Amino acid sequence: MLTLLQSYPLFAALIALLGLGLGFGAVLGYASVRFRTEGNPLVDQINQLLPQTQCGQCGHPGCKPYATAIAEGGAINKCPPGGQETIDALADLLDVEPQALDAEHGEEKEPNVAYIREDECIGCTKCIQACPVDAILGAAKLMHTVIADECTGCDLCVEPCPVDCIDMLPRKGGIEHWRWDLPEPNENKSSIIATDRAAA
Amino acid sequence: MNTIFKIHGGIHPDEEKQLSNPGTVLDAGVPPSLILPLSQHIGKPSSLCVAPGDYVLGGQLLAEADGMVSVPLHAPTSGTVVAIEPMPVPHPSAMNNLCLELECDGEDHWIEYAGCEDWRVETPDTLISCIRAAGVAGMGGAGFPTAVKLMARDRLPLQTLIINGTECEPYITADDTLMQVDAAGIVEGAQILAHILGVEEILLAVEDNKPAALDAMQKAAKARGGDCNVMTFPTKYPSGGEKQLIEILTGKQVPTGGLPADLGIVCQNPGTAVAARDAVCFGKPLTDRIVTLTGRALARPGNYRARLGTPIEHLLTVAGFDPSQNRRLIHGGPMMGFALESSAVPIIKTTNCILVPTEQELPTPPDAQACIRCGLCAEACPASLLPQQLYWYARAKDQEQLERHHLADCIECGACSWVCPSHIPLVQYYRAAKGMIKESKTEKIRSDRSRDRFEARQERLERETLAREEQRAARRAAAEQKAAAGGADDPVAAAIARAKAKKDSAGDESANS
Repeated sequence: MLTLLQSYPLFAALIALLGLGLGFGAVLGYASVRFRTEGNPLVDQINQLLPQTQCGQCGHPGCKPYATAIAEGGAINKCPPGGQETIDALADLLDVEPQALDAEHGEEKEPNVAYIREDECIGCTKCIQACPVDAILGAAKLMHTVIADECTGCDLCVEPCPVDCIDMLPRKGGIEHWRWDLPEPNENKSSIIATDRAAA
Repeated sequence: MNTIFKIHGGIHPDEEKQLSNPGTVLDAGVPPSLILPLSQHIGKPSSLCVAPGDYVLGGQLLAEADGMVSVPLHAPTSGTVVAIEPMPVPHPSAMNNLCLELECDGEDHWIEYAGCEDWRVETPDTLISCIRAAGVAGMGGAGFPTAVKLMARDRLPLQTLIINGTECEPYITADDTLMQVDAAGIVEGAQILAHILGVEEILLAVEDNKPAALDAMQKAAKARGGDCNVMTFPTKYPSGGEKQLIEILTGKQVPTGGLPADLGIVCQNPGTAVAARDAVCFGKPLTDRIVTLTGRALARPGNYRARLGTPIEHLLTVAGFDPSQNRRLIHGGPMMGFALESSAVPIIKTTNCILVPTEQELPTPPDAQACIRCGLCAEACPASLLPQQLYWYARAKDQEQLERHHLADCIECGACSWVCPSHIPLVQYYRAAKGMIKESKTEKIRSDRSRDRFEARQERLERETLAREEQRAARRAAAEQKAAAGGADDPVAAAIARAKAKKDSAGDESANS
């Protein structure tokens, strides 16, 4: 056998390569079974970027279903609560061109929080069933109230309320939410050198 | 004599300290009414314990501390609470916040208060609760509750207390004045704080542009004896920044994201030291402070002892304000202060200076021009950051790069803006960027929680559906089993038969009648 291989070096090389191929193939095959990722990691990455309001404005029943749709090639500009910031982040992640927000799904607005006018509430539990994050507390024929810290401002509880006692109020009104604004970049307005200014 | 270390960067703006005549305290008097914001400190606003219409005495508790990081608020004089509503407060947003308006009766009746006889025999916990009850919050500008800062003793081994009398910002002389008039109080306060913290070493830091204060402090330290070490070092802005001062005095740098306590150091302002002394020795709550009223639009600039809540317009009248000379009212100094929209706002625990400059004195900055990448800002930055890089990233809102370039270490001293030949308002970019980063961090926490709640709910709904289906299946199986067991005993057929029988019997009855 050895002498046969020695007399046909080409044959020897072929066998060696075949052996290597089989060896690595076995390792890869084992690894693909052993280290298999559960689910689609891209969906989770996209879901991390979505604002998690669970409002359904994108036409999907929650942020995760929308993330799945994006992972399968859906449009990235259907999320009004996330706004342009989310679209840019998604475009960055998926390496596609950022687009403008699709106005069909709503406009970007300041985050809200639901507020139940408690003396008008009749205790019908309809809003409790509509809330996607269980942020409304109450029981049948008893007054309901919103846990403001948990409310995502999705608006989903407003529609089912038979007595229209739910208001959406801005979440960031107070002095504690105030932030400095970026200064207006006014270098375009002003001149570059002193003589420009005299002319203007 | 300890060694003095050098810090990176820094600038030398005109000091203008003599304008406010440091060393003399004038009385600002009692205004007709005081406006007391419930949030004069970092942390949760104090929670009210009086109602409109109540008559209160000076020193009486108006609002209690709400939770750990909060301080109580006391009445600075006697009078009637007339309103509790949102009013303008000294804040860069020019927004309103909940305030208590106290109409002063001019009598200035006070409650009786008493302090510890000898603080040396008291436990640190007792002394901390005295300081907490007196409503003491850092008087240098940030307003962090002093009692909370002192609790670092429970967590970390401490060696040094620094009393920061640097006061490096131009114009301001409130601490300078306090050091001249009450050096003994500062030294005693420092010894009380050191006793609480359990530290051996006390450093009293004074910049060399305040010879009178330095002299007074040295004498007081010698007179009281003990372990106070008065240190002086060359004037440079911003040597008074907490982290900068620590580096100057010890050569150690506070790590990024860390606190001075991580190095075993606690810094306090001289005003805070005196307030702590008053709280411990006399039981006196913090109800007044020294405020520098300065600027060339005032006829009588100086250091005034003013009650907290005094409206700034009252102080301006006392100091002889000339409105024709001035367009801008600045809370704090020219480097780190902010413009106030209204002079109706009151002074609070953190107000060290009200600056009313003439246009000539502090001209409106010209329009910003393009960054020419000269690098002067990087030379001036006391935190050794790269201001121009931060500027580009702030404009691009690139949070990742901002954090990588340690934006959080920026102390917003304004040295970079001061040296910028293009007059770019750099600090405003950094403040905006810091706000942006903070906001997206809180939003991230919120959205993570929403996701968890949404997923938990989905899971629960699924579980409920499954349980219902199981129940239905079980019922169906039971019914089938019964049907199989009872043979022809079909419940539907039985019901029909029952109804039929009933109808028949009814028919019989009607036939009988």
